[in-house]
Amino acid sequence: MSLQLDNVTLSVRGETYIDNACLMLEPGSFNVLLGHTLAGKTTLMRLMAGLDMPDRGTVRLGGRDMTHVPVRQRNVSMVYQQFINYPTLTVFDNIASPLKQAKVSRQEIARRVEETAEMLGIQHLLGRYPQELSGGQQQRTAMARALVKDADLVLFDEPLVNLDYKLREALRVEMRKLFESRHTIAVYATTEPAEALALGGTTTLLHQGRIVQSGPSDEVYRHPCNREAASLFGEPPINLMPMTIQGDECRIADLRQPRPDVWRSLPAGEYQVGIRPHHWSLQPLEEPAFRLPVVVRVAEISGSETFLHLSHDRIDLVAHLIGIHEFGVDQALEMQVACRQLFVFEPDGDLVLSPSSPRPTLASV
Amino acid sequence: MAEIRLEQLAHSYHGTPSKPADYALRQMDHVWEQGGAYALLGPSGCGKSTLLNIISGLLVPSEGRVLYDGKSVNDLSPQQRNIAQVFQFPVVYDTMTVFDNLAFPLRNQGLSRDRIDLRVREVAEALEIEPLLSRKAHNLTADEKQKVSMGRGLVRDDVAAILFDEPLTVIDPQLKWRLRRKLKEIHQRFNVTMVYVTHDQLEASTFADKIAVMYQGQIVQFGTPRELFENPQHTFVGYFIGSPGMNLLDIVLGSSGVELERRTLPVDESVVAQLRRGGEGRLQLGIRPEFVQLVAPEASTLHGQVDLVQDQGTFKIVDVRLDTPSAPVIKARLGEEEPVPEGRVGLAFPAAWQRFYRDDRLVEIAP
Amino acid sequence: MKPYNNKAWWLVLPVFVLVAFSAIIPMMTVVNYSVQDIFDPSTRYFVGTEWYREILADPRLHDSLMRQFVYSFCVLAIEVPLGIIVALSMPRRGLGVPVSLILLSLPLLVPWNVVGTIWQIIGREDIGLYGWILNSLGLDYNYASNPRDAWATVLVMDVWHWTSLVALLCYSGLRSIPDVYYQAARIDRASSWAVFRYIQLPKLKNVLLIAVMLRFMDSFMIYTEPFVLTGGGPGTATTFLSQTLTQMALGQFDLGRAAAFSLIYFLIILLVTWVFYTAMTHNDNKG
Repeated sequence: MSLQLDNVTLSVRGETYIDNACLMLEPGSFNVLLGHTLAGKTTLMRLMAGLDMPDRGTVRLGGRDMTHVPVRQRNVSMVYQQFINYPTLTVFDNIASPLKQAKVSRQEIARRVEETAEMLGIQHLLGRYPQELSGGQQQRTAMARALVKDADLVLFDEPLVNLDYKLREALRVEMRKLFESRHTIAVYATTEPAEALALGGTTTLLHQGRIVQSGPSDEVYRHPCNREAASLFGEPPINLMPMTIQGDECRIADLRQPRPDVWRSLPAGEYQVGIRPHHWSLQPLEEPAFRLPVVVRVAEISGSETFLHLSHDRIDLVAHLIGIHEFGVDQALEMQVACRQLFVFEPDGDLVLSPSSPRPTLASV
Repeated sequence: MAEIRLEQLAHSYHGTPSKPADYALRQMDHVWEQGGAYALLGPSGCGKSTLLNIISGLLVPSEGRVLYDGKSVNDLSPQQRNIAQVFQFPVVYDTMTVFDNLAFPLRNQGLSRDRIDLRVREVAEALEIEPLLSRKAHNLTADEKQKVSMGRGLVRDDVAAILFDEPLTVIDPQLKWRLRRKLKEIHQRFNVTMVYVTHDQLEASTFADKIAVMYQGQIVQFGTPRELFENPQHTFVGYFIGSPGMNLLDIVLGSSGVELERRTLPVDESVVAQLRRGGEGRLQLGIRPEFVQLVAPEASTLHGQVDLVQDQGTFKIVDVRLDTPSAPVIKARLGEEEPVPEGRVGLAFPAAWQRFYRDDRLVEIAP
Repeated sequence: MKPYNNKAWWLVLPVFVLVAFSAIIPMMTVVNYSVQDIFDPSTRYFVGTEWYREILADPRLHDSLMRQFVYSFCVLAIEVPLGIIVALSMPRRGLGVPVSLILLSLPLLVPWNVVGTIWQIIGREDIGLYGWILNSLGLDYNYASNPRDAWATVLVMDVWHWTSLVALLCYSGLRSIPDVYYQAARIDRASSWAVFRYIQLPKLKNVLLIAVMLRFMDSFMIYTEPFVLTGGGPGTATTFLSQTLTQMALGQFDLGRAAAFSLIYFLIILLVTWVFYTAMTHNDNKG
C-alpha cells in the first residue's frame, strides 16, 4: 500500500508546524526525512501515523482516505529515540505484544517472534528483561516489536541517536537489509546527512515545516534543487560564495579569472557558487580549477579525516580532507577546487548547474 | 592551572573487589599536562565518566592517588580542587537570568562587580549568547541551556582545569560544528587544561591535542589523532577509531609465512621473522579500509566477492567477502569518484600499513 | 472546514454528573437557603440579601474570621519552613529512609478527634505529661482557663499532626532533583544557602504550592481539635469559623443565616487560594 500526503498542513496556535506537505511513499520503499531539530520531522511522522490530525489536506493509504482514521485503526508501528519497551515483560513478550493484541495464534506468535529476533540478532536474549540489556539491545528489541506485526507503515524517529556511533554504523547497515524484502513503507527521521546517504532509498528534506526536496537519496544529494537543499544535505554544510559572470570573465568573491568551459552556457549576471567541503584540494589539480587563498581558523581531525575551517576575506569556509593534516592557526594556504565540481545557484537560491560530468580522462583535458 | 597526575589509580563500586571485572577502573598511571587539551574517548560503560568524576573530586577513588601539581588532592572536595565541570545534560539555575547564571561561580568567589561583568560578557560573546543575557534561564531551549552550562564552566579564569562530560549530546549536529570550533578557540585563548569526555571520535580529535582511548576500565592508548589512526596500539583502538574501523583478520604463522586460512599473504620475510620471535598468542593482521586496495583478481593471492556498496556521498564503503572457508568481510574505502568494481576482485594490503597484533596488543616491527 | 469530533464530551459526562451531585446541587441548595427565611418545610419567605447583610455586620463573624486568619497564618508560617527543614535533614539513602518515612507518616494516620483527645490529656496540668512538666518548670500553663495557652495548644497540636505532610511532600520534591544539579553547584562553589535558594527551592515550588494550599484550606476549616480540647473556649478564644457556623446552623437552627455564612466562608477560601496560586505561579510566564 502506498502512502500519499496531499497539501497536508498543521498549525498550532498560529505557528505553522507543517506547511502544505505533498509526498508519495511507495510500498517497500525506505524513506528518510532529513532536517534540523524542530524542522517538523516528528510532526510529519505523527501526521502520517494518525497520532495528529492535519488542519488541511488528506492522508491516503493505498488510495483510501485515512486522514481522520485514528491510529488504533491503522496498521502502523513506531520506534522512538528513547528505548521504549515494557519493563515487566521479557524480550519475547515485548516483541510478541502487538501480535497478542491482534489475537494471533500461539504457534504463529512463537514463530514470528523468533524469526524477527533472529533478523535483529537478539534470539539469545528472548528470556531476559529490558533492564538487563545494553542500549543497543534494548533498541533492537523495540525495533523487533515494530517489525513483527508486518505494519503497512513503520516510523523511526531518530532511533540511533542515543547509541554509540560504532553501534550506529552496524545498525545502519542492518536496517537496509531488514527492509530489502518487505512491502512495508519505512520512514526514518534523522538530522544526519551521512545517515540519509548510508541508508539509501529516498530522502525528503524538511526545513521549517516545508518540504524542500524529495527524491532518491543520491539524486537529491548530487542535484539539490536550491541552495537550501544543498546546505541541508551535507555535513559540514556546503560552502557558498558570491560569483559574477561578465563576458569571458567571472569573479568569485574578489578573485577574477577566465570563465571556465563548463559555464559557457550561463548568461552574464550575479550568481552564487556552492562548493562541497570534500571537493577542496590542497594539491594542484590537473584540470581547470578555481584557486582561493585562505587562512586557517582551526583544523578538526576525525579518525582518518581532517576538517579545515578557513576564511577568505570574511567568508567562512570548511574543507573536508582525507587523511590527517596538521595546520597552525592563521596559517595561509591556497585551496583548489575543480571547476566542474562547482554548484551554481541563482541569487534567489535556485540551482542553475550541478556537477554531473564524471572526471574527464587526462586525454580530454 | 595545573598538571593532573594519576598514580596507581583504580576504582571499584564493589566493596570488596576480587577479580578484574569488579573494577570500573583498572589500575593506571597517567599525566595530563598543564594547558593541554585532552579527550577521554571510549564507548559507554568503559569507565570514562568514572575517571572524570574522580579527577573533579565528585568521586573518591578506592585505590591510588590524584595529584594536582604534585600535591595529592584525594581528600579535597571539588570546591577546594578549584575545578570546573560541564555535564552531559544542561544544568541551569532556573530562577536566575542567563547573566546571573554565568556570574554565579564568580560571585561565589567574591569577585568585584566590574570583573564579573567583564568576564561574563567575554564568555557570552565567545559562546554567542549575548542576546540572551537578560532572559530567565528557565525559558531557554535545550541547546541554549547547554551553552549557559558551558559558559558557567568557562567563566572562571582561576581554575585548575575544565572538565567536559559529553557536553554536546543535546546539541543539533549543525550547531555542534560551531560549538566545537568555539571550544577550540576558547582553549587557545584561555590556555587552561581541558579534559573532554566523549564517545564520538570526531569530537575527541577535533577538540584534543592528545586522546586517551578507554576500553574496559583501562586507557589502552594515549596519543595524537594521527597516532591513533596510523598506529593503533590495541585492536580496540583500530576498531573504534576511523569509520569504518580497522579490518582485523586472524592469522597463523605457517611454514610459508603469514597465512590466512591456508592462503599465504605477501608479508616481508623480516616481518615474519620478527613475528616468529614473539612467542605464543592469538595473532591478527590489521589493515585500515582506507589502505585496502581493490585490484584485478589475477594480481593478488587474496580474492573475494563484492558484497555491498554504501555510498556515503563523500566516499564509498565496499564490503568484500573473502572466498576462504569462514568468509570474513573486508571493508575498503573508496573516494567519491573512484570506480567500484563488481563481482570478483583481488585485494592488496600495502606493506607500510599492515599492522600485527598479538593478544590484541600491537607487535612493534623494526624496519 | 475543520470537522469537529464531539465524541469526547460523552467521556466527560460521568464526571459532570458526579460533580453535579457532589458539589453543584448541594451548593445550589445552600444558595437557596441563604436567600430565604425558613420556619418549617411549608413556611418560607424570600428575604433576598438580608442574611448576607446581617452576617457581614455580625461581630461574631468578624472575631472568628480574624482569629481564623491569624491561626492559618501561624500554621503556614510554622509548618512550611519546619516541613522543609525536616525534609532537608532526612537521609537520602540507606535504612534511614524507610524508617523516617514511617515515623513521619504516623501522625497523619491519627484521626482528628483522637488528636484532640490525646492533647487534651497530655496537656492537663495534673495528669498530663506536658502540662505537668511545664507547670513544674514554673510556667503557669492551663489550656482550660488561659486563652493564650489554649491557643498555643491548638497550634502545637496542628503542627504535630500536619508538619509531616509538608515534610513528605518536600522530601519527594527533593528526591526528584537530579544529582547533577548538586554536583554542578559544588563545582560552582555555591554555599549551602545558595544551593537551597537557587536549586532546591525553585525545584520545590510545585510541591510547596500544593502543600501551602492544602494546609491553608485545611487549617481554615479546622473544627474537631479545638472542639474536643476546649469546646472553643475558654470564652471564644479558640472558636474558629467552622465552629461559629455550626453553632449557628445546629445550635440555633438559623439555616438561612448559616447558609449565607457558609457561602461567604467558601468565597473567602476560594479567594485566598487563588491569590496564593497566582502569586506562586506568576513567575513562570515571565520571559
